[in-house]
Amino acid sequence: MRVLLAALLIVLFVLAWQGVASLESVDDLTLASPVETWQALSDDRSLLLDNAWVTLVEVLLGLAVAAAAGVLLAVGMHLVRPLRDAAYPLLVASQAIPIVVLAPIFVLAFDYGIGPKLAIVALICFFPITVNLLDGLRGVEPELLKLMRSMGASRLRTLRSVELPSSLPFFFSGLKVAATVSVIGAVFGEWAGADEGLGRLVLLGNNQLQTPRVYAGIVILTLMAVALFALVALAERAICPWNRKERPA
Amino acid sequence: MQTEAEAPTVEPLSLEGVTRRFGSVTALDGVGLQVRAHHVMAIVGPSGCGKSTLLELVAGLQEPDAGALSVAGARGAAARRAACAYMPQRDLLLPWRDALGNAALALECEGVPRREARRRAEPLFERFGLADFERSRPDELSGGMRQRVSFLRTLLPGRPVLLLDEPFGALDAITRLDMQEWLAGALMDEPRTVLLVTHDVDEAVYLADRVAVLSPRPGRVVDDFEVDLPRPRSVTDPALVELKARALEALRA
Repeated sequence: MRVLLAALLIVLFVLAWQGVASLESVDDLTLASPVETWQALSDDRSLLLDNAWVTLVEVLLGLAVAAAAGVLLAVGMHLVRPLRDAAYPLLVASQAIPIVVLAPIFVLAFDYGIGPKLAIVALICFFPITVNLLDGLRGVEPELLKLMRSMGASRLRTLRSVELPSSLPFFFSGLKVAATVSVIGAVFGEWAGADEGLGRLVLLGNNQLQTPRVYAGIVILTLMAVALFALVALAERAICPWNRKERPA
Repeated sequence: MQTEAEAPTVEPLSLEGVTRRFGSVTALDGVGLQVRAHHVMAIVGPSGCGKSTLLELVAGLQEPDAGALSVAGARGAAARRAACAYMPQRDLLLPWRDALGNAALALECEGVPRREARRRAEPLFERFGLADFERSRPDELSGGMRQRVSFLRTLLPGRPVLLLDEPFGALDAITRLDMQEWLAGALMDEPRTVLLVTHDVDEAVYLADRVAVLSPRPGRVVDDFEVDLPRPRSVTDPALVELKARALEALRA
């Protein structure tokens, strides 16, 4: 039923898109219709797929770096109180940096290859992971920590047996947010300088007035983000089955 | 019984003039108690009389502002922690571990490898009426079963003194009666020195060898009497009812 409603909403959205695109007053160069976009998707299939692959690799590697950095940072900040107090403002500040401005500098620093893309994806993706995981680690019931202390548990034992497992759902929440914004990060990275990737293709298409191809690229980027989100949600269900249903009182 | 309980000769549990303040509030005021080896001491008192604070003091989770505590001869907080097994009011089972894993947790905290800890916990499941539920997750167990798993976790490391904080407070009345009966039986099989905190006078006189009644804040011992009745006991035994009346009177004074 829920799937049906979601599908219906998508159909409605595509119909509305087609409707608006068919209006006399709407320029073909501004908005490609779904039909034109579909045409571009099938005509430029191999071009789009090749470039989508490049972007997907940037996104996945960037996410992996972000997850590793996010977990290390959150655990470190959780274990060392002064580090948490000291690093939190910096953590927040890192997200105020306008990526659009930073991206070209990254390209200068890391050269033209995959480096700057990874750096940008990781920079915007580690934040939701770190913040959510930190909340999870801090949110463990005090009673449970007291019990662990009474049983003679070491700090590491409590972290491993209680704090980390109980904050797994928080980690996944962060990862879901990260997965959705990761694609944007990769596009920014490619805009600043790249010779392949969907972001670059979209930028080129824009300059060359190939509007349907631009929209085709956007559709693929969107699908990529949605698929990543769904994948993380699936992983969460497989890894934290206890979190699915509420405990009966 | 495969736990390490038999080995140490249990020293009495002793509190002398224990006082605990939180800011300007005095939670406990000069509490003195002596518990003999393998006896059950029940602490009864109205809510807010510092019962849980008393347990946490004994458990080495807090230090008193005045007075002295000794658990199996241990005086320092860390040594007290090592001598006690503390069972909290709620079962606090870890939802991602099965029942066996939860029961084994206390052993793992002492450095026993996970597999070995599970192996040691396993034989107790049948005895504690939990057979076939070893692999069940906590959300698949009833309230009474969860409490039994929690009790198993408390018992397994073989610490000489058990501290039970209203262990059946969260259960419905009928399950509570079953569990009290079950605990009395479990303690007959496996004698330990027990400090049982409760607000339920029936539970206190049914389970304990000695009952101490605490006054409302600041908590002081206002009565302290033996329950010298054979087990198994009956809740309708006139002698038990009489002691219950004595405790209630002390509570209301």
